[in-house]
Amino acid sequence: MTASPQRTALEIDRFSLDNGLRVVVSPDASSPVVAVAVYYDVGMRSEPEGRTGFAHLFEHLMFQGSASLGKTEHFTYVQGSGGTLNGSTHVDYTNYYEVLPSNAAELALFLEADRMRSVALTQDNLDNQVAVVQNEIRVNVQNRPYGGFPWLSMPPVLYDSFANSHDGYGSFVDLESATLDDARQFFDRYYAPGNAVLTVVGDVKTEQVQGWVEEHFADIQARKTPKRPSFAEKPMSIERSGVVHDRLAPAPAVALAWRTTDPADFETYLPYVVLAEVLTDGDAARLQDRLLLRDRSVTSVGGYLGIMGDSYDARDPTPLMVEVHHPEETPVENVVGAIDEEIARLAADGLAGDELARTVARMTARYLRELDPFMGRAQQLAVFEQQRARAELVNELPGLLDSVTAESVQAAAATLRPDNRARLELRPGDAP
Amino acid sequence: MTASRPVPALGKARVSKVPTVADVTLPNGLRVLAVRRTGVPLVELRLRIPFAGKGDGNVARAQLLGDTLLSGTDSRDASQIAVDLQSLGGQLHASNDADRLSISGSVLSSGFGGMLDLLGDLLTAASYPKEEVFAERDRLVQELAIHRSQASVVAREALLRRMYGEHPYGRELPSAAAVADVKPGQLRALHAKRVVPAGSVLTIVGDVQPAKAVAQIERKLAGWTAATKAATTPKLPKHVPGLALLLDRPGAVQTTIRMAGPAPARSSSEYAAASLANMVFGGYFSSRWTANIREDKGYTYGGHSVFEHPPAGSRLTVSVDVATDVTAPSVLETLYELGRIATVPVSQDELDQARRYAIGSLQLGAASQAGLASLISMLVGADLGVDYLRTFPRQLEQVTVDEVLAAAATWMAPTRLTTVLVGDVKTVAAPLEGLIAFERE
Repeated sequence: MTASPQRTALEIDRFSLDNGLRVVVSPDASSPVVAVAVYYDVGMRSEPEGRTGFAHLFEHLMFQGSASLGKTEHFTYVQGSGGTLNGSTHVDYTNYYEVLPSNAAELALFLEADRMRSVALTQDNLDNQVAVVQNEIRVNVQNRPYGGFPWLSMPPVLYDSFANSHDGYGSFVDLESATLDDARQFFDRYYAPGNAVLTVVGDVKTEQVQGWVEEHFADIQARKTPKRPSFAEKPMSIERSGVVHDRLAPAPAVALAWRTTDPADFETYLPYVVLAEVLTDGDAARLQDRLLLRDRSVTSVGGYLGIMGDSYDARDPTPLMVEVHHPEETPVENVVGAIDEEIARLAADGLAGDELARTVARMTARYLRELDPFMGRAQQLAVFEQQRARAELVNELPGLLDSVTAESVQAAAATLRPDNRARLELRPGDAP
Repeated sequence: MTASRPVPALGKARVSKVPTVADVTLPNGLRVLAVRRTGVPLVELRLRIPFAGKGDGNVARAQLLGDTLLSGTDSRDASQIAVDLQSLGGQLHASNDADRLSISGSVLSSGFGGMLDLLGDLLTAASYPKEEVFAERDRLVQELAIHRSQASVVAREALLRRMYGEHPYGRELPSAAAVADVKPGQLRALHAKRVVPAGSVLTIVGDVQPAKAVAQIERKLAGWTAATKAATTPKLPKHVPGLALLLDRPGAVQTTIRMAGPAPARSSSEYAAASLANMVFGGYFSSRWTANIREDKGYTYGGHSVFEHPPAGSRLTVSVDVATDVTAPSVLETLYELGRIATVPVSQDELDQARRYAIGSLQLGAASQAGLASLISMLVGADLGVDYLRTFPRQLEQVTVDEVLAAAATWMAPTRLTTVLVGDVKTVAAPLEGLIAFERE
């Protein structure tokens, strides 16, 4: 009784400006709401050595004003028109977005253009936002059990290069060492219009958007767009392991990670995305069934592609991650041993009857659900346009998931071996 | 430096249409609301079942009932339920609070009928198998320990206990001992008594024809009947703010500060003014409090001041986590901003900006299937009609500066709030002593 495949047919229009800014518009008048997103093609991987956390710190500085806007005015204009906003920093991109009543569409474009043209970088704002970011790290990592596990603590075990392995939230020393010059250089290098994609979704007409974009963005000077370097690492052939001690955690946890294939090629990459779901999505998944329903040896099981769980938004290299919380009475070897057995069984015997179809049915449903809000669409359009030059993938992804074969998922499982993985244990209590 | 440019004015606002809702009470007493919204081929479901009870044992049983509702029926075991859900492209979760059991989910529209079959099966034939309940009991004890290791949970538990004492709102989470005591038979009995259609509300939003969906629900949930009626939550005790409470979290790098007090219900004539007063104070990013303690002083990543509306009585909660060494200065600024909103009129600009934000965010919240389903379910649960989406913006439009001051004086003055702080006592206690009266546990 597997549900039949479902599709969307979102309208997709695109144009670009002479300064290199790429723009995607998807009109939908079903609600008087508009979503605007700007994606810059720079993330935590690109920050310089000695400046861990800089990409994220810089994201904060983008909200501190620009030539036409005083400090906090970006917020007051968006919220004062009835909208909401935020930004976030990922390993491969940094995004900024607003959702507003559609009569504020031009305002949102103006605000994004103004900071792309002329972000205001001042020492006071830098000092203030270093303190804010340190408090963000305190609340999300240092004063929280399992804080940063495994997204901050796994990369140094799994990867070798500074780009892939460093702490993207940043050390306090590095954050405090950041200078205005660093910020100006980072902006000049990475926040060029040619390094950005702008998407507009909702109650607007494409011609109207094009007029506004030309008016507000066209005179932003073109700058050289950096070529993204390869961050690829050599395959692993010996298991790597690490331990973190967490004085706030009441019980242990373990994370396993495997390097997967380059996400640029969806045909070889999507089987890994499906595999992560086969292993960990809900009580019908292999690892939940084994560890939670049968062995009853663990507290929770999760799994996903990408250090930050962004399966469809990641570039090379990106891992498949499995994360398990377990009581002290369950030895970690039992957990890891059971996971190895289940993966080996999948690699040997393949998927059962309707397992692929039902896994894909739910992946499709979850993907569509994220696409329903205009903001979800604006974000997915932007990342597909930026990383794959193909915004149309928002409509095509369900079909691509449908075409993943059981053999390819089985073959992907066969590449997840004990000897090519990274293993990170979290132990409660202070370091001995 | 690039020259400043004029900020474009807002265009003419297009007003959201209030959605057309099919609203039917079925013969078994279940009220069904259905709305067509065709953004993506999905259907959202929200079922609210009144579920009041009292005491630690009851919280434990209610929590475990929610956690094991999907663990088996007379005809499906836990694995089969999980496989069926996956096949439909569906997900379904049960959760509970002091007032109700909520069953929420979504499904590909092609799987809507199958989802209703499953839901009917769960409501009428959930079996709470012994092995599954015992396993979940052990798992929940572990999970509670993890939960309670968070400073925010420690602070919230202390705050609610102080505000509500033995009232059901005083305890959201069960003790480990009470969880360990729960028997499968108790869950079956509780299900029979409380998981009943009369008084319950099912909201459906998505790619469906409302009339057909209602007919389908009537057919598929016809077997869900009961003689008992839903129970309601007892009245709240009178709020006495009491002394602030300081709890020790040795070595903590931040202090977790929570302040709370009673607030007007959504249906109250004061609510529009109170909600705007709260916005100006700390209810959104463009607030005075955020400008002060984050954007000016860098004491915190951010504070939040929000209303919650459990049916027996609404509350306002002010929450912020601040660096340990600036705990007393942060309390000082928070008291200052609360005192200021409660005693000095806001400016007309501040009010107008908060008003546009409040009206806009209601509109944004209704713009997705999931958002609209949760909004309608919430409104009906609060005895407000969907018409609230039309009437509340009008109320917001009319609020005056004087009304904001009156509401803030009534609900937000700092002496009216109960305060809990969780932090490193050896560092924060001395500086706090000169500023506020507090006790230790």
